Amino acid sequence: MAVDAETVKKIAALSKLSLEEDKVAAVEDEFNKILGWIEQLKEVDTQNVKALISVNEGNLRTRADEVTEGNIADEILANAPAKEYGYFAVPKVVE
Amino acid sequence: MTDLTKLTIAEAEQGLKTKAFSAPELTQAYLDKMAACRKLNAFVCETPETALAQAEASQNKINRGEGGELEGIPLGIKDLFCTKGIPTTACSNILKGFVPPYESTVTSRLLAAGASFVGKLNMDEFAMGGSNETSAFGPVINPWSKDVPLVSGGSSGGSAAAVAAEMCAGATGTDTGGSIRQPAAYCGVTGIKPTYGRCSRYGIIAFASSLDQAGPIAKDARDCALMLKVMAGYDAKDSTSAQMPVPDFEKCIGADIKGLKIGVPQEFRADGLDSEVAAYWDKAAAMLKARGAEIVDISLPHTKYALATYYIIAPAEASSNLARYDGLRYGNRVDGRHLEDMYVNSRTAGFGKEVKRRIMIGTYVLSAGYYDAYYVKAQKVRRLIRDDFAKAFEQCDVILTPTAPTAAFPIGDQSMLKNPITMWLNDIFTVSVSLAGLPAMSLPIGLNAAGLPLGMQLIGRAFDEETVFKAAAALEKEAGFRGGK
Repeated sequence: MAVDAETVKKIAALSKLSLEEDKVAAVEDEFNKILGWIEQLKEVDTQNVKALISVNEGNLRTRADEVTEGNIADEILANAPAKEYGYFAVPKVVE
Repeated sequence: MTDLTKLTIAEAEQGLKTKAFSAPELTQAYLDKMAACRKLNAFVCETPETALAQAEASQNKINRGEGGELEGIPLGIKDLFCTKGIPTTACSNILKGFVPPYESTVTSRLLAAGASFVGKLNMDEFAMGGSNETSAFGPVINPWSKDVPLVSGGSSGGSAAAVAAEMCAGATGTDTGGSIRQPAAYCGVTGIKPTYGRCSRYGIIAFASSLDQAGPIAKDARDCALMLKVMAGYDAKDSTSAQMPVPDFEKCIGADIKGLKIGVPQEFRADGLDSEVAAYWDKAAAMLKARGAEIVDISLPHTKYALATYYIIAPAEASSNLARYDGLRYGNRVDGRHLEDMYVNSRTAGFGKEVKRRIMIGTYVLSAGYYDAYYVKAQKVRRLIRDDFAKAFEQCDVILTPTAPTAAFPIGDQSMLKNPITMWLNDIFTVSVSLAGLPAMSLPIGLNAAGLPLGMQLIGRAFDEETVFKAAAALEKEAGFRGGK
């Protein structure tokens, strides 16, 4: 499965990364090399094999839905590049 | 006074107990070494004041006859671990200036046991790399370098180099596909990736959550045992943390290995295996045999697909984990005309080339129409790889392989930089173990003709680090190579 320039641009957009027009060809070429190498997995017969999502499958615990901490707004906001009135600040989204 | 930085953790503990030297003296010796070795670029943040204050507190405890298992031991911490009040960046520009308001579980345990932290260690950006060259702080120089600067390996390159150059008594590392074992091998030190679930991942900046595991890098197997015992253990804050008792790994050091079955996988003798590495592999098997172990030929037929499998699963998980970096809540922000613009600008400016490459591969293999062909397929092959190990462990107790196909290579190697797959191939012996979630240790076996250290890997059954430690300690004794440059 080879990708084309359009797919590369779409993947960059989905990844929230900007890709300059003159870099698209190089990324496309690299992508195809990597995907070509990954193609080797096609040799493996996995018809009756179940996907392994994690090595500790089935052992995931749940816990009671209780609040265990809170009232740490200042700590949460401490690293925010921009904050106002105790909230994260974003560029204007409503005109 | 003897050179305190030459001591192992076990020896230093003894010296502190008998008052041969004090905790502040020990810490100062490492701080001096850290300052003298700055050109290696192993540390990205030095915390001498904190370390000395912690050492003073340790000395007070020792004077009262108290103290934890690592009381007064100066450690280095990989920059992937959140450390409260100390900058933590994963060596990425996108986390520039991030100061965690909380402590990771692993580092909390180390602090509670009395360790002091001398600083944060360099690494590949977000642990994505095998040479430490993707770090936003630049590469670490391997202390074994001669005329040409060599890579430390990665991603825990700063950890391995700092222990090798005796800038800290031990260090934390993390391993997703070989990131503890491969740099340990390149730098001639010892490191163990424990079983997935042994160490809590809470507070460790996530790369590929189904693979990430913390572990120690130290001068020898005993020191790794001492550190791992403290680092490991159940933690309610990590849903994949194992509810298993943590054995006293140190008891395994020096144990008899008579009758232990050592598996040697013939598939790992792939083309391109360095002849000196192959010779040391045979030698290591002979050394274990000389101590009474039995060598068994085993087969791991699907391991040759491990790298391709890994390079679907790890980027897929990474693309999801790294979606959180949006320039909004923490880290570097680059403004834009609107919200979407700000996300894109912040991420484009903040992530390095390898990280972007993996985010895009991950996004692609998870995208509609390709999910089954790539991601689900890789998860199926992952099961076959894990089943291979399960079958092999019906015939043997521990598996012996080289850690990496070669010794450390020069920084800026063009063939590696031009083709990412060439770089990824360095993880060929470590990646399958990560996919299977098994414990594995790398220990130095000797020097090649060029005078560079080579590492051997010992792989154990899930939650059987003890057998790994037994075999490693026996091999270490027989090889007579002590870590440190």
